Amino acid sequence: MKLAMPVNDKSIEASISDTFGRTSYFLIYDTETQKSVFVDNSAANSQGGAGIKAAQIVVDHKAEALLTPQCGENAAKVLRPGNIKIYKTQYVSIKDNIAAFNKGELSLIEQIHSGFHAGHGEK
Amino acid sequence: MKIAVLSGKGGTGKTLVSVNLAAAASESIYIDCDVEEPNGHLFFKPDDIVLEQIMVKVPVVDENKCNGCRTCSDFCKFNALAYINNKLIVFDEICHSCGGCVLFCPKGALSEKTKRIGQVEYGTSKNVTVITGRLNTGEASGIPIIKKLLHYVKNKNTITFIDSPPGSACSVMESVKDVDYCILVAEPTLFGVHNLTMVYDLVKLFHKPYGVVLNKCLEEENPAEKFCREKNIKILGKIPFDHELGMMNSNALIAVRNSKPYKVLFASLLQTVIGEVQHETIVNP
Repeated sequence: MKLAMPVNDKSIEASISDTFGRTSYFLIYDTETQKSVFVDNSAANSQGGAGIKAAQIVVDHKAEALLTPQCGENAAKVLRPGNIKIYKTQYVSIKDNIAAFNKGELSLIEQIHSGFHAGHGEK
Repeated sequence: MKIAVLSGKGGTGKTLVSVNLAAAASESIYIDCDVEEPNGHLFFKPDDIVLEQIMVKVPVVDENKCNGCRTCSDFCKFNALAYINNKLIVFDEICHSCGGCVLFCPKGALSEKTKRIGQVEYGTSKNVTVITGRLNTGEASGIPIIKKLLHYVKNKNTITFIDSPPGSACSVMESVKDVDYCILVAEPTLFGVHNLTMVYDLVKLFHKPYGVVLNKCLEEENPAEKFCREKNIKILGKIPFDHELGMMNSNALIAVRNSKPYKVLFASLLQTVIGEVQHETIVNP
C-alpha cells in the first residue's frame, strides 16, 4: 500500500511536517517494498489554494492513504474523490508513524479544519 | 479629493475618524471599503438605499470536451482547479476570476458563469453620501466590490473619505491606490506602533502622502507619538481616550452630530487634512 506524508526533509529519519499544503516535501512510502520516494511540494509557495495543489500531487503519485497531523477542507475535497484515506499522525518521526500505521494504530482524521487562508488563521 | 483612512489592525479608530470627518464636511462622500464587515452605515443610518449586486465570473467545465491536459490547473496561480479521478474540479471560492483558464483551454471545454459575491449599497445621511460594500460570507476576495465602490467616485470632485479594511493586504492596497492622501490611525501602545509600521510601510511603497491621527490618547507617554516624532511623520491630530466619546460610539452616534466639543475637534482635523492635501498637490502635483 502506498502512503503519502508531508515531511520536513528528504530522509526516512526526518520528521513529519506540521502543515499539509505548505510542507516542503512529500514522502511516498510503499509498505510492501518499503521503498521511499521524496517529492518536492510545488504548492509550498502558492499564493493561495496550496492545499488543493498539494492534494493533487498526492493523488497524482497514486497514494492510497495520507498520514498527516492536519488537513484542510479544500484539500479534503480533492483527496476524497481521489479515494485517499486520511489518517492522523501520532508521532513526530516518520518511522514511528509508519510503524503505528502498520500495526493499525492510526485512526482516520475526524476534524477537517476550514483553512488558514491568506495567513490570518489560527491553529 | 480622495482620502483613505487606514490602520494596521481593526478597532483602532478608522471608522470613527472617517465617519466623523465625512460628517464634519459641508458635503462629502463616505465609502466603506471594509467589505468583510462594513460598519460605517451603523452610524450614518442612510436613507433611500439603492442596491447593486456584484457579480464575478467563474469557470464551468464541459466534461465531454475536457481531455485532462491540465493546461488550466497549471495556469491557475490560486490553484482553483484540480483534476482528480478523470474529472476537473473547480473551487469557485478560490477563483479570482481572471478568465485565464477559459482562454488557455485547448479543447474549449471551459466557459464562464456569473456568480454573485456581494453588493454595494448607495444611500444618504444628511450631508453625506454613504456607500457601503458588502462581501458574502465565505468569499475569498472583496476586490471586485472595492473596485466598484471606487469607480463611483472616479470623476467626482466631492471630498471623499474611504474607510479602508484593516491591515495591509490586497484589499487595502486596492482601497488606497488611487487616493490623494492617507490618514493612518494609531493607538498609543507598543502594539499600536507595530500596527502603524505596517500601514506606514504600505503608504511609502505606494508613494502616497500621509499623516497620522493619534487615537485613544492618555496623559501618559504615547509610543505611537514617539514613533511619529522619530520618523518625522506629520501628526494631524489627537483624539482623547474619553468616556463620552466611547459611549457615543457604542450607541452608534456620530460624535460630530451629537457633541459640540467633538464637532470642533473634527472640524479642525478636517481643515488640517484638507490643508495637507492641498499642500501636497502644490508640492507634488
